[in-house]
Amino acid sequence: MTPLEGYLLLSALLFAIGLAGALTRRNAILVLIGIELMLNAANLNFIAFWRYGPHPEAMTGVMFAIFSIAVAAAEAAVGLALILAAYRHLRTTNLDRMNRLKG
Amino acid sequence: MTATFLILAAITVAGTAAAMGLRNAVHCVLALTVGFAGVAGLYLYLGAQFVGFTQIMVYVGAVAILAVFAIMMTHNPGQPEEPFSRYWVWGAVIAAAVFLTLARAVHLAFEPTSSVLAVPPQAPDITVQQIGDALMRRYVLPLEIIGLLLTAALIGAVIIAMDPRDDASMEDAAE
Repeated sequence: MTPLEGYLLLSALLFAIGLAGALTRRNAILVLIGIELMLNAANLNFIAFWRYGPHPEAMTGVMFAIFSIAVAAAEAAVGLALILAAYRHLRTTNLDRMNRLKG
Repeated sequence: MTATFLILAAITVAGTAAAMGLRNAVHCVLALTVGFAGVAGLYLYLGAQFVGFTQIMVYVGAVAILAVFAIMMTHNPGQPEEPFSRYWVWGAVIAAAVFLTLARAVHLAFEPTSSVLAVPPQAPDITVQQIGDALMRRYVLPLEIIGLLLTAALIGAVIIAMDPRDDASMEDAAE
């Protein structure tokens, strides 16, 4: 097994863990964290392909990972603010009980 | 496939699996910081120092703290609730199917060992100065767009999370 294959398998496992969390948890905050884990798996792929790819001096993978982390941070801030706003109306973060669109 | 990689991978997988599997939400976020730190260690091991420290600052330092605050602010002590959905078996089956599909695709892609990617090149030596140079020259437009996105997202997050009743009371106080 080459090193790159190990990183790709680890990243696939990380993605599956995040997906399992996003699909099975009831707490909206933990669902958001599961989505963050899937983004992390993608970032790990960017860095692994940059390291073992043919042109590491171009720094494309590093740049893509940096921008991806910035977008993920913005997503986490807005997502948690939305959960707080929904909690103020519904008094719960349980996704099974958030079953109406009207506030 | 070195021992360092295996140890870091074990820390990452254990931390993230605990983050998605524990019942107490605060324990989940604490396990999550371990998982994020493991990913940061993998970045450092791969030679991407700047991304590794960014990962620690953004995820361990900011996202996890933000999640802890959100969990504490939305905590209802009176009513303990089942943390997993009624259909958690289906979620686990779907996640396992996705992992097996991805793992098979990765495995098939590495079948011919004479591939160009099979020979790892020398570890590239990327300094922070080079990254800053690239950000200010070649990637300056994406950098500006990311700055605009972060500003808009933070202002939007504050406005969304602001309590409308607090807003009204502050206006009353000002009058």
